Amino acid sequence: MTAPGNGKVGIVIVSHSPLVAQGAADMVRQMVGDDVPCAATGGNPAGGLGTDPNRIREAIEAVWSEAGVAVFVDLGGAEMNAEMAIEMLEGDRAGRVRICNAPVVEGAVVAATEAAGGAALDVVCATAEELSP
Amino acid sequence: MSTARTAVTITHPVGLHARPAVKLTKLAKSFPAAIRIRGAEGAWVDAKSIVKVMALKLKSGTVLEFEAEGDEAAVAVDALRSLVERDFDEGAALHHD
Repeated sequence: MTAPGNGKVGIVIVSHSPLVAQGAADMVRQMVGDDVPCAATGGNPAGGLGTDPNRIREAIEAVWSEAGVAVFVDLGGAEMNAEMAIEMLEGDRAGRVRICNAPVVEGAVVAATEAAGGAALDVVCATAEELSP
Repeated sequence: MSTARTAVTITHPVGLHARPAVKLTKLAKSFPAAIRIRGAEGAWVDAKSIVKVMALKLKSGTVLEFEAEGDEAAVAVDALRSLVERDFDEGAALHHD
Protein backbone atom coordinates (compact mmCIF):
# COMPACT_ATOMS: atom_id res chain seq x y z
CA MET A 1 0.00 0.00 0.00
CA THR A 2 1.37 3.37 -1.00
CA ALA A 3 1.36 6.34 1.33
CA PRO A 4 -1.59 8.67 0.78
CA GLY A 5 -1.83 12.39 1.26
CA ASN A 6 0.08 13.77 -1.71
CA GLY A 7 -3.04 15.39 -3.14
CA LYS A 8 -3.39 12.93 -6.01
CA VAL A 9 -6.53 10.92 -6.68
CA GLY A 10 -6.25 7.54 -4.94
CA ILE A 11 -6.99 4.20 -6.62
CA VAL A 12 -8.84 1.32 -4.94
CA ILE A 13 -9.06 -2.08 -6.59
CA VAL A 14 -11.82 -4.45 -5.47
CA SER A 15 -12.00 -8.03 -6.70
CA HIS A 16 -13.70 -11.17 -5.43
CA SER A 17 -10.21 -12.67 -5.42
CA PRO A 18 -7.49 -11.16 -3.19
CA LEU A 19 -4.92 -12.44 -5.68
CA VAL A 20 -6.56 -10.62 -8.58
CA ALA A 21 -6.82 -7.39 -6.54
CA GLN A 22 -3.22 -7.63 -5.36
CA GLY A 23 -1.97 -8.48 -8.85
CA ALA A 24 -3.75 -5.51 -10.39
CA ALA A 25 -2.26 -3.23 -7.72
CA ASP A 26 1.19 -4.68 -8.47
CA MET A 27 0.72 -3.77 -12.13
CA VAL A 28 -0.25 -0.22 -11.20
CA ARG A 29 2.85 0.14 -9.04
CA GLN A 30 5.20 -1.32 -11.61
CA MET A 31 3.77 0.51 -14.63
CA VAL A 32 2.88 3.86 -13.12
CA GLY A 33 4.99 4.04 -9.97
CA ASP A 34 4.53 4.66 -6.28
CA ASP A 35 3.51 8.31 -6.50
CA VAL A 36 -0.17 7.43 -6.80
CA PRO A 37 -1.75 5.95 -3.65
CA CYS A 38 -3.18 2.55 -4.53
CA ALA A 39 -4.91 -0.03 -2.31
CA ALA A 40 -6.29 -3.45 -3.14
CA THR A 41 -8.87 -5.56 -1.37
CA GLY A 42 -10.49 -8.90 -2.16
CA GLY A 43 -11.99 -11.94 -0.52
CA ASN A 44 -14.58 -12.26 2.23
CA PRO A 45 -13.80 -12.30 5.98
CA ALA A 46 -14.05 -16.11 6.02
CA GLY A 47 -11.11 -16.35 3.63
CA GLY A 48 -13.13 -17.28 0.56
CA LEU A 49 -13.87 -15.48 -2.67
CA GLY A 50 -16.02 -12.42 -2.23
CA THR A 51 -15.94 -8.79 -1.21
CA ASP A 52 -16.52 -7.06 2.11
CA PRO A 53 -17.85 -3.53 2.66
CA ASN A 54 -15.68 -2.94 5.72
CA ARG A 55 -12.50 -3.92 3.95
CA ILE A 56 -13.41 -1.75 0.97
CA ARG A 57 -14.06 1.19 3.31
CA GLU A 58 -10.64 0.63 4.94
CA ALA A 59 -8.99 0.57 1.50
CA ILE A 60 -10.67 3.85 0.53
CA GLU A 61 -9.57 5.44 3.81
CA ALA A 62 -6.02 4.15 3.31
CA VAL A 63 -5.59 6.08 0.06
CA TRP A 64 -7.84 9.01 0.97
CA SER A 65 -6.91 12.57 0.10
CA GLU A 66 -8.99 15.64 -0.61
CA ALA A 67 -8.52 14.88 -4.31
CA GLY A 68 -10.82 11.87 -3.90
CA VAL A 69 -10.70 8.18 -4.74
CA ALA A 70 -11.49 6.18 -7.89
CA VAL A 71 -12.75 2.65 -7.18
CA PHE A 72 -12.53 -0.27 -9.62
CA VAL A 73 -14.69 -3.35 -9.07
CA ASP A 74 -15.02 -6.68 -10.83
CA LEU A 75 -18.34 -8.57 -10.67
CA GLY A 76 -21.83 -7.58 -9.43
CA GLY A 77 -21.50 -8.00 -5.66
CA ALA A 78 -18.26 -6.04 -5.62
CA GLU A 79 -20.04 -2.98 -6.95
CA MET A 80 -22.87 -3.31 -4.40
CA ASN A 81 -20.44 -3.70 -1.51
CA ALA A 82 -18.36 -0.78 -2.80
CA GLU A 83 -21.50 1.37 -2.78
CA MET A 84 -22.14 0.28 0.84
CA ALA A 85 -18.55 1.08 1.76
CA ILE A 86 -18.87 4.56 0.28
CA GLU A 87 -22.03 5.18 2.30
CA MET A 88 -20.13 4.17 5.45
CA LEU A 89 -17.49 6.89 4.97
CA GLU A 90 -17.35 9.81 7.39
CA GLY A 91 -18.64 13.28 6.69
CA ASP A 92 -18.82 14.38 3.07
CA ARG A 93 -16.17 11.99 1.81
CA ALA A 94 -18.74 9.94 -0.13
CA GLY A 95 -19.10 12.81 -2.59
CA ARG A 96 -15.46 12.48 -3.58
CA VAL A 97 -15.41 8.74 -4.22
CA ARG A 98 -16.43 7.33 -7.59
CA ILE A 99 -16.94 3.77 -8.79
CA CYS A 100 -15.56 3.77 -12.33
CA ASN A 101 -17.32 1.82 -15.04
CA ALA A 102 -14.15 0.29 -16.47
CA PRO A 103 -12.27 -3.03 -16.52
CA VAL A 104 -10.37 -3.58 -13.26
CA VAL A 105 -6.81 -4.06 -14.52
CA GLU A 106 -6.79 -1.74 -17.53
CA GLY A 107 -8.96 0.81 -15.75
CA ALA A 108 -6.76 0.96 -12.68
CA VAL A 109 -3.57 1.39 -14.74
CA VAL A 110 -5.09 4.08 -16.95
CA ALA A 111 -6.64 5.89 -13.99
CA ALA A 112 -3.36 5.81 -12.07
CA THR A 113 -1.56 7.26 -15.10
CA GLU A 114 -4.02 10.15 -15.15
CA ALA A 115 -3.85 10.58 -11.37
CA ALA A 116 -0.03 10.66 -11.52
CA GLY A 117 -0.29 13.68 -13.82
CA GLY A 118 -2.39 15.45 -11.19
CA ALA A 119 -5.77 15.08 -12.94
CA ALA A 120 -9.00 15.65 -11.00
CA LEU A 121 -11.28 12.75 -10.02
CA ASP A 122 -13.76 13.41 -12.84
CA VAL A 123 -10.99 13.34 -15.43
CA VAL A 124 -9.40 10.21 -13.92
CA CYS A 125 -12.73 8.34 -14.09
CA ALA A 126 -13.68 9.67 -17.52
CA THR A 127 -10.34 8.51 -18.94
CA ALA A 128 -10.73 5.01 -17.49
CA GLU A 129 -14.29 4.86 -18.78
CA GLU A 130 -13.02 5.58 -22.32
CA LEU A 131 -11.86 1.95 -22.21
CA SER A 132 -15.43 0.64 -22.03
CA PRO A 133 -17.14 0.42 -25.41
CA MET B 1 2.99 30.11 -30.70
CA SER B 2 5.75 27.71 -31.65
CA THR B 3 5.32 24.40 -33.39
CA ALA B 4 7.80 21.54 -33.39
CA ARG B 5 7.80 18.21 -35.11
CA THR B 6 10.01 15.16 -35.06
CA ALA B 7 10.07 11.56 -36.25
CA VAL B 8 11.70 8.54 -34.65
CA THR B 9 11.66 4.80 -35.27
CA ILE B 10 10.55 2.52 -32.43
CA THR B 11 13.47 0.22 -31.66
CA HIS B 12 12.07 -1.32 -28.47
CA PRO B 13 11.51 -4.99 -29.45
CA VAL B 14 8.00 -5.16 -27.99
CA GLY B 15 6.95 -1.83 -29.53
CA LEU B 16 4.76 0.77 -27.89
CA HIS B 17 3.11 -1.65 -25.47
CA ALA B 18 1.39 -0.81 -22.21
CA ARG B 19 4.30 0.20 -19.98
CA PRO B 20 6.05 2.38 -22.60
CA ALA B 21 2.68 3.98 -23.39
CA VAL B 22 2.32 4.92 -19.72
CA LYS B 23 5.82 6.44 -19.70
CA LEU B 24 5.22 8.32 -22.92
CA THR B 25 1.94 9.89 -21.81
CA LYS B 26 3.33 10.76 -18.37
CA LEU B 27 6.21 12.57 -20.05
CA ALA B 28 3.89 14.29 -22.55
CA LYS B 29 1.68 15.53 -19.71
CA SER B 30 4.68 17.21 -18.08
CA PHE B 31 4.75 19.80 -20.90
CA PRO B 32 2.30 22.67 -21.38
CA ALA B 33 2.24 22.31 -25.18
CA ALA B 34 -0.48 20.42 -27.03
CA ILE B 35 1.20 17.26 -28.35
CA ARG B 36 -0.01 14.87 -31.03
CA ILE B 37 1.40 11.49 -31.95
CA ARG B 38 0.91 9.15 -34.90
CA GLY B 39 2.51 5.98 -36.16
CA ALA B 40 3.12 4.84 -39.72
CA GLU B 41 1.37 7.95 -41.06
CA GLY B 42 -1.89 6.91 -39.43
CA ALA B 43 -4.32 9.16 -37.59
CA TRP B 44 -2.99 11.75 -35.14
CA VAL B 45 -4.00 11.25 -31.51
CA ASP B 46 -3.45 13.23 -28.33
CA ALA B 47 -0.08 12.14 -26.90
CA LYS B 48 -1.37 12.93 -23.39
CA SER B 49 -4.22 10.40 -23.68
CA ILE B 50 -3.10 7.07 -22.27
CA VAL B 51 -6.14 5.28 -23.71
CA LYS B 52 -5.55 6.59 -27.23
CA VAL B 53 -1.78 6.02 -27.17
CA MET B 54 -2.20 2.43 -25.94
CA ALA B 55 -4.83 1.82 -28.62
CA LEU B 56 -2.28 2.68 -31.35
CA LYS B 57 -0.61 -0.71 -30.68
CA LEU B 58 2.51 0.33 -32.56
CA LYS B 59 5.10 -2.35 -33.20
CA SER B 60 8.87 -2.21 -33.26
CA GLY B 61 10.18 -0.66 -36.47
CA THR B 62 7.24 1.73 -36.81
CA VAL B 63 8.05 5.37 -37.52
CA LEU B 64 6.57 7.51 -34.79
CA GLU B 65 5.90 11.22 -35.29
CA PHE B 66 5.36 13.86 -32.63
CA GLU B 67 3.98 17.32 -33.22
CA ALA B 68 3.79 19.89 -30.45
CA GLU B 69 2.25 23.33 -30.45
CA GLY B 70 2.62 25.92 -27.71
CA ASP B 71 5.06 26.64 -24.91
CA GLU B 72 8.17 24.45 -24.83
CA ALA B 73 7.04 22.68 -28.02
CA ALA B 74 10.62 21.99 -29.16
CA VAL B 75 11.72 20.78 -25.72
CA ALA B 76 8.70 18.48 -25.54
CA VAL B 77 9.26 16.74 -28.88
CA ASP B 78 13.00 16.39 -28.13
CA ALA B 79 12.25 14.75 -24.77
CA LEU B 80 9.70 12.38 -26.29
CA ARG B 81 12.00 11.41 -29.15
CA SER B 82 14.78 10.75 -26.66
CA LEU B 83 12.49 8.49 -24.59
CA VAL B 84 11.67 6.41 -27.68
CA GLU B 85 15.37 6.27 -28.68
CA ARG B 86 16.24 5.02 -25.19
CA ASP B 87 13.73 2.16 -25.63
CA PHE B 88 11.66 3.78 -22.89
CA ASP B 89 14.46 3.06 -20.38
CA GLU B 90 13.39 -0.57 -20.34
CA GLY B 91 16.64 -2.30 -21.26
CA ALA B 92 16.90 -4.24 -18.01
CA ALA B 93 13.20 -5.07 -17.79
CA LEU B 94 12.93 -6.75 -21.18
CA HIS B 95 13.94 -10.14 -19.92
CA HIS B 96 10.98 -10.20 -17.57
CA ASP B 97 8.34 -9.51 -20.21
